[in-house]
Amino acid sequence: MVKHEIQPLDDSIDEPKVSIQKLYKIFGDTPEAMLDRVRGGMGKPELMDQTGHALGLNNINLDIPARKIQVIMGLSGSGKSTLIRHLNRLIEPTDGEIWVDGEDVMKMDAKELRDLRRFKMSMVFQKFGLLPHRTVLENAMYGLEIQGVSTKEAQQRAVKWLDRVGLAGFEEQYPSQLSGGQQQRVGLARALATDAEILLMDEAFSALDPLIRTDMQSILLELQEELHKTIIFITHDLDEALNIGDNIAILRDGEIIQSGDPQDIIMNPADDYITDFIRDINRAKVVRLRSIVKKGATGAGETLRGGMSLEEALPKLHKSVDGSCPVVDKKGNPLGAVTLDGLIDALKAPETEADDEVRYS
Amino acid sequence: MEFLSEFPALGRKDLASLKQGIDESFRSFSRAYGPEIEAFFNPLLKFLIWFEKLLLGTPWPIVIIVIAALTWLGARSVKVTIGSVIAFLIIGFLGMWEDTMATLAIVSVCTVLCIAIGIPIGILMARSDRTQAIITPILDVMQTIPVFVYLLPVVMLLGIGKVPGLLAVCIYAAPPIVRLTNLGIRLVDRDVMEAAESFGASSREKLFGVQIPLALPNIFAGVNQTIMMALSMVVIASMIGVKGLGGPVLRSISNQYLALGLMNGLAIVALAIIFDRVSQSYGKRLQAYRETGHG
Ligand SMILES: Nc1ncnc2c1ncn2[C@@H]1O[C@H](COP(=O)(O)OP(=O)(O)O)[C@@H](O)[C@H]1O
Ligand SMILES: [Mg+2]
Repeated sequence: MVKHEIQPLDDSIDEPKVSIQKLYKIFGDTPEAMLDRVRGGMGKPELMDQTGHALGLNNINLDIPARKIQVIMGLSGSGKSTLIRHLNRLIEPTDGEIWVDGEDVMKMDAKELRDLRRFKMSMVFQKFGLLPHRTVLENAMYGLEIQGVSTKEAQQRAVKWLDRVGLAGFEEQYPSQLSGGQQQRVGLARALATDAEILLMDEAFSALDPLIRTDMQSILLELQEELHKTIIFITHDLDEALNIGDNIAILRDGEIIQSGDPQDIIMNPADDYITDFIRDINRAKVVRLRSIVKKGATGAGETLRGGMSLEEALPKLHKSVDGSCPVVDKKGNPLGAVTLDGLIDALKAPETEADDEVRYS
Repeated sequence: MEFLSEFPALGRKDLASLKQGIDESFRSFSRAYGPEIEAFFNPLLKFLIWFEKLLLGTPWPIVIIVIAALTWLGARSVKVTIGSVIAFLIIGFLGMWEDTMATLAIVSVCTVLCIAIGIPIGILMARSDRTQAIITPILDVMQTIPVFVYLLPVVMLLGIGKVPGLLAVCIYAAPPIVRLTNLGIRLVDRDVMEAAESFGASSREKLFGVQIPLALPNIFAGVNQTIMMALSMVVIASMIGVKGLGGPVLRSISNQYLALGLMNGLAIVALAIIFDRVSQSYGKRLQAYRETGHG
């Protein structure tokens, strides 16, 4: 398989906000005793069969850049919820390190940990996790109340955030009176109201209908344009991951099997599992020109941006006399050029080895 | 063969001396500590007497107005409020006012006592499976042991009177509130608790901000059951010197006064219905937020 070289859109270096190092989580009666086996290469099914322990996370190493959206994707049971709950220690690891802003989360005592949760990280849940006995406004105020902010100020800030997520006028309703989408907006407002720099979202939109889900994704992206939070977003949905992720890590059986630029995952899937995963996406929409650009080449057509999708680029390439257009990055520096042939080539889904076997047998 | 047909029981003499030994040691215990124990319960006795006097000393129209107001606040229903006013008027008209006030006093004090002790115990049970495993069988015993069996040691210790009566009623009536507090807290949605935790709530903030408010409907069902069970104990409590509607019922049994027994019995039923309606509709209002409406 050809390895595609992906050109970055800007050359800023991402400083890690959160760093996860050699993280292991084993569920069972004697998790520590199982560590050696897991380190020795025993996988999740074998560990379960032989010892009855569930392997939740297996040697996770991940640097999460500040002010970006880091998506963690995987099928159900792959360990996504387990992983995100380690960041604020709702779950204690069996072994490993978690650093936030250069501070070791594992070394924090009860009070430091509470402060981390109060001021630095807030969380949005798949099942919303709203307090049913409190009104929408009181829910949005919850984090501020725990922070010790005065009621008056908390009210003002909560009202502002409810307005930002489109819930003005719902302040006095109870969660049970709202639709799922509206409830999750409350969840989002509650998390944003604390002004935490890090937002943890565990399948926050997965319980919503598809249309409402894309709505919520747009709201999140709009807010992110302005807020530049460090967002860790869990999903099992590739379209969602590609829509919002600046970076994507793919989890399987508690292991990260590929991590990085979404374009890299689409163009250079690390293994057959991921190839299967990305098989059905609409490549014309998600593949960007920067993924297929030929370095050093140049074209006669209109100058295009590296972030443009193939779909958008197609008519422009068509118009170009030599079927080729120059491509630039965010700052206007030339990246190279794309050709019509290269574009058509990129529309083909990568093949797994299984496909090859079928073809050549 | 004899071993199988005849149960290998303790000899009659041994058995007698065993029982005697237990009785003797309990008696000496109560002789030694009786006064201290009585002193310990003295504030309770004072409170009970004060409350009874308050109810009896207040002019009856005011008592009825207060009852009507409380009923209204609890049930928010004109029907229940008017019904309870009429019930109290009939009770007074039929000469049972004083006994009814005495019963009201002991049931109220007992309920307050059960709440004050029962809810904290229920909370402790909810926080640890170990505590739950220890307390559950005790509650089972409290509810199933025949009343007369524990009436006896209470009387031996404290004599005949209001306090032993109150204790007997409380032992019988407390378990539901403990159980339902425990249950209510354990039934609080794990996702909601996790959310509270993720925002850095301390265990105090979780208890008072999330667990108790969400368990309140269940806790209230426990209060309701406790009141009902306390009321059902008033006849037995009157056997050990608790004044109230139970006394005449007891007398009517030994003397075959049909009308007296019926009237006082019905007065107890009337109290029970009023308490039940009020506390149930109050409990329902506590979970009004659960109703779904339209966005
Ligand atoms: N409390 C637990 N006890 C035992 N096994 C658990 C527990 N929590 C999670 N697991 C196991 O860890 C794996 C990952 O679970 P989870 O993180 O919930 O996956 P995901 O969120 O990706 O669906 C699953 O195989 C699950 O069975
Ligand atoms: Mg999950």
